[in-house]
Amino acid sequence: MSEISLLPIIAILPFVGALMPGIVIRAGRNACAAFTAAPTLLALVMLGTLAPSVYDGTVYTTHFSWIPQLGLEASFFLDGLGLMFACMILGVGLLITLYARFYLSGDDPMGQFYTYLLLFQGAMLGITLSDNILLLLVFWELTSLSSFLLIGYWKHLPEGRQGARMALTVTGAGGLAMIGGMLILGDIVGSYNLTDILAAGDQIKASEWYLPALILILLGAFTKSAQFPFHFWLPHAMAAPTPVSAYLHSATMVKAGVFLMARMWPALAGTSEWFYIVATIGLITMVLGAVIALFKDDLKALLAFSTVSHLGLLTMLLGFGTKAAAVAAVFHILNHLTFKAALFMSAGIVDHEAKTRDIKQLGGLRKLMPITATIATITALSMAGIPLFNGFVSKEMMLEEATHTVWWENPWIVPALATLGAVFSVAYSLRFIFHTFDGPVRDDYPAKPHDPPFGMYASPAFLAIFVVILGLFPGIADGIVGMAASAVIGETVHPHLALWHGFKPALYMSIVAIVVGIVLLLLHRPLDAAWLAAPRPEAKRLFDDLIRGVVGLTRRVNDVLHNGALSRYLAIFCASTVAIGYLAYSGGGLLPATREMLPTPPLAIVAWALMVLATILVVVLHRTRFAALIAISVIGLVISIGFVYLSAPDLALTQISVETVTIMLLLLALHFLPKETPVESSIGKRRLDGLIAIGSGLGIGALAYAFMMRDFSSISGYHLANSYEGGGGTNVVNVILVDFRGYDTYGEIIVLGIAGLAIYALMETLLSGPAGARLRNSGYNNDRSHDRHPLMMVIAARLMLPIAGVVGIYIFLRGHNEPGGGFVAGLVISIALLIQYMASGFAWTTRRQRMEYHGLIGFGVVIAGLTGLGAILAGTPFLTSWFTYIHLPPIEEFEFATAALFDLGVFLCVLGAVMLMLYSLSRLARHSGETVNTEPMDYDPSKAPTFFEDGYRTEEEGR
Amino acid sequence: MEALVASAIGVLTACGVYLILRLRVFAAILGISLLSYAVNVFLFSTGRLATGAAPILDKYAENPVYTDPLPQALVLTAIVISFGMTAVLVMFTLGAYLEAGHDRIDMDEVEPDIDDPITEGIALDMSAEPAEDRT
Repeated sequence: MSEISLLPIIAILPFVGALMPGIVIRAGRNACAAFTAAPTLLALVMLGTLAPSVYDGTVYTTHFSWIPQLGLEASFFLDGLGLMFACMILGVGLLITLYARFYLSGDDPMGQFYTYLLLFQGAMLGITLSDNILLLLVFWELTSLSSFLLIGYWKHLPEGRQGARMALTVTGAGGLAMIGGMLILGDIVGSYNLTDILAAGDQIKASEWYLPALILILLGAFTKSAQFPFHFWLPHAMAAPTPVSAYLHSATMVKAGVFLMARMWPALAGTSEWFYIVATIGLITMVLGAVIALFKDDLKALLAFSTVSHLGLLTMLLGFGTKAAAVAAVFHILNHLTFKAALFMSAGIVDHEAKTRDIKQLGGLRKLMPITATIATITALSMAGIPLFNGFVSKEMMLEEATHTVWWENPWIVPALATLGAVFSVAYSLRFIFHTFDGPVRDDYPAKPHDPPFGMYASPAFLAIFVVILGLFPGIADGIVGMAASAVIGETVHPHLALWHGFKPALYMSIVAIVVGIVLLLLHRPLDAAWLAAPRPEAKRLFDDLIRGVVGLTRRVNDVLHNGALSRYLAIFCASTVAIGYLAYSGGGLLPATREMLPTPPLAIVAWALMVLATILVVVLHRTRFAALIAISVIGLVISIGFVYLSAPDLALTQISVETVTIMLLLLALHFLPKETPVESSIGKRRLDGLIAIGSGLGIGALAYAFMMRDFSSISGYHLANSYEGGGGTNVVNVILVDFRGYDTYGEIIVLGIAGLAIYALMETLLSGPAGARLRNSGYNNDRSHDRHPLMMVIAARLMLPIAGVVGIYIFLRGHNEPGGGFVAGLVISIALLIQYMASGFAWTTRRQRMEYHGLIGFGVVIAGLTGLGAILAGTPFLTSWFTYIHLPPIEEFEFATAALFDLGVFLCVLGAVMLMLYSLSRLARHSGETVNTEPMDYDPSKAPTFFEDGYRTEEEGR
Repeated sequence: MEALVASAIGVLTACGVYLILRLRVFAAILGISLLSYAVNVFLFSTGRLATGAAPILDKYAENPVYTDPLPQALVLTAIVISFGMTAVLVMFTLGAYLEAGHDRIDMDEVEPDIDDPITEGIALDMSAEPAEDRT
C-alpha cells in the first residue's frame, strides 16, 4: 500500500520544490541549483522504487475524490508509458538543472529560473501521471502557463516576450479545443477516468461523436507538438535561454502532444479518420520541418525545425496505427530525447563561448573546442540516422513501416516522402557538424571560443554516451521500449531492437538518404541563395496580422457595446430583464389563483391615488429638483400608512423614520447640486425610455399580483411557534432580527457602519482635494435667509430633544415584545439629534455633544459581537440568545434577554452610522463658510447686518 | 387590496426605471429611491397581505391569526440598508460633481456647466487650493 500513496507525492514534489529556489538563491547559485535538483532526484528515486513492478506489468492507481459532481478526481496512475515519460522528464530535468547552473550569467535571476523550471516539470509530470482526464487538462494548461514563463524568461528581449506570447496563444487555444474534446470523450464513456476510457475504445470509435472528439483532442496535441500548420510557434520559442529550449523541445513540452496521442492510442487509433488525419499531418510536418531546417543559419533555429520534423515523424508513426509503428515511435521518443537535448546544449555551449550561433559566422570550432565538437558530432550523426548511432535504428524502423503503408491506394507516396524527409534530415545534420565545427579556424568570432567547464558539458556528454551505447547495442532497450509500447498498444509486446535488419527496402532508403543528403550539403550555397530568393509565407507576420485583426474586431465590438453611456447599459439591462421575464412567463404559464382578494376600503383607494399621483409628480417635476423632493416624501408617508394597515407596525415605524433622514440627506445634497435638471435627451429617447419603464412596471406589477393571489408554504410557522418559547419575545419580527436571523442582522449593521465610514472618508478626501477649493470659492455663502437659526425652531427643537430621547428609549425597550427595537430607536434618536443640528447649527451642536460617531459604530458592532460570543461561552452556537424573568420589588416582573444587548449593539451602530453620514454632508456645508449669524439666538434685528452689493458681511466683520 | 398594492408597485417601478435612465445623477437618485420603495413593498408583499394580523403574539387571543413575519424582518433591514446605500450614492454624486463640475451620468468628455456658481468660483480662483494638496 505504501507504494500506491507514493504517486501523488511524486506528482506534488516539484510544485513543493518550486517554493525553494527563490528563497535559497540568497545562499548562492550552487545551493540554489542543489535545492532544485533535490526534489527532482527524490521523485526519481521514488519512481525507481516503483519501476521494477511496473516493468513486470503492474499498474499503480490512486484515487482521491476532488469534485465528484464534475467527475473530477485527483487520481494518478502509473504504467509503462507513464513511467518512461516520467523518468525522461525528471532525468533530463536533472541534467538541465546542472547545465543551467553554468549557462545562466550572474545577471540572470537564477532563483526565478529554477522556480519556473520546477513548476513546468511538475506540470509535465502531472500529465504523465494523471488518471483523470480533467486532472490531465489542468496539468496540460499548467504546462502552457509555466512554459510561457520559461520562454519569456529574458523579459528584456522583445523576441522572448513575443515568442512566449505566441507559444501561449497557440498552445492555449489548442488546450481549449482539447477541453471540448475530452468532455465529449468523457460523455461517450460515462467516466472521466483514463483507465475506463482506454478500455472503451470500441464504444468510442462507434460513437457518432467520435470524429468531433478526435479533431478537438488532436487540435490540442498538434498545437502542443508543433504540427503543421501550428509549427510556427516552436522556432519563435527559441528566444528562450538554451536550457529551456533543450528541456522544452527535447523531452517535455512538445512531447506532451505525442504523449497524449500515445496515451489515447487504444481509445482513438486504428480508424481511417485517425490514419488520414494523424499520419498525413505528421508526414507533412516531417518533410516541411526537415526542408526548412536545412536553410536556417541560426543553430537553434536549425534544431528547432529539426525538432518539428522529428515530432512529425513520431506523429506519423502513431498515425499509422500499427503495433510495429507504435513500437518504433516509442523507441524514437527515447532516441530523440537523447540526441536532441545534447544537441541543444551543445548549441548553447557554442553560443555561450563564441557569443554567436549564426552558422555563417562559425566554422573551425573542432580545433578550438574539441570536447564540444565530439559531443555535437556524435549526437548530430545520430540525428542524421547514420549507422552505429541510436537515431539510425529507429529511423530504419520508421522507413520500414513507411514501405508497408498505403495512402489513398497509393503504395509509393508515403515511402517516397519519408525518404525525402530522411534526405533533408541527413543534409541539415551534416551541415550542423561541418559548417560549425569543420573548416579553417577563423579570426573573426565575436569571442574567442574554448571548451566550457566540466559542469557545462557533463550533461550533453552523458547523453552522448547513451547515444552510442543504444546505437551499438539497441537490444538493451528491448525491455523499456517493450514496457512502454505495451502500455501504448494495450497488450503485451516484446520488441527485438537490432542494429542490422537485413537487406530490406528500408536499408536502401537509408543509403539513398545519406548519399543524396551529402550531395545536398555540397550544393548548399546555390540552394540557399535560391531559397532566400523564393517567396515564402512568414508565419510570424501572418500570426501578428491575425492577432491584430482579432484585437481590432473585439475593440470595435467593445466600443459599440461599452461606449461609456451608462444610461444606455441600464436601458439594455432593464429591457432584457423584462424580455427574459416575459419569455419565462410565456414558456411556463401560471397556476390558477388560490386566494381571495382582500376587501378594499375607500380610504385605501384615496391613499393609493395620493401615492400614484405623488409618484407621477416626481417624474413630471424631476427637473425642478426641490419640488420633486417634496413629492417623493409623500410616497414614503403613504407607504408607512400602508404598512400599518397591512399588519406591519415595525415596518411602518422604520419606514417613517428612514423617510425623515432620507429627505434631510437629499435636501443637504441638493444644497450643493444644481437646482434644475436641463432637458438633454431627445423626444425619441424619452419615448423609448418611457416604453422600457412602462414595460418594467407592468412586469413587476403583474409579478407582484401573481404572487399575492397564490398561497405558498413558508418557514415562518416555525418562527411564530418558537418566538416566545425559544426567543423570549412576542414581537416575532424583532425576535427574528435579534435571534433567529441574528447573524444576518449582525452582517447588516456592519454594512451600515462601513457605509457610514466610507462616507466620512469620502468627505475627508473631497475636502482636501480640488473639490474643497471649489467649495471654499463657491457662492454658497450668498445665503437666502438673514437668520439661519430661526428662534422658534431653536426653542422647539431644544424642548423636543428630551422628549424624543425618552421616546427613543421607550421604543428600544419595548422592541422585544411590541413594535420597536434597536433599528427604529437608533433612527428616532438620530432624528432628534439632527434636528438640533438643523435648528442651532453645526458648531453649536458639535460643541455640546461629545460622542464620536465612529466610536458609536465600533461600540455597536463590538457589543453585538460580544453578545454573540457570550453564547459560545455558554456552550451554544454564536448569537444564540438567553433570557430570564427578573422580579425587583417596586416594579413588575420583567424580562431580561441577551437579545436586548444585541439590540443595543444594533441601536448604537444605526445611530452612529446615520449621524456620521449626515454629519459628513453638513461638514461640507460648513466648509463652504458661514456668513450670517453663526450662533443660534445671537441675532439682533436692531443690528441688522450691513447690506453690501455683493451680499452680507459675516458677523465677525460686523463686529 | 392586492390589485392596489400590485399597481402601486408597478407605478413605482415604472417611474423609478424612467428616472434612472435620465442623464443627470440627481434624477437617478430619485429613481433609485422610487425603486427602493418598489422593491421593499414587493418583498413585503411576498408574505401575502393581511389586515389586523400583526405578528405580535397575543397569549390571550383565541385562534390568533398572524401574518408572515419573515418578509417583514427582511424588509426592515432592507429599508435601513437602502438608506445607507442612498447616502453613499449621494456622497459619490457630490464628490463627482464637485470634482468634475457637472453631474452628468454618461462618461463622454463634456465641458463643465459654466453657468454654475461652483464652476464660476473655480474660474475665479483656483489658488485657494491649500498648498499641501499639491504634493
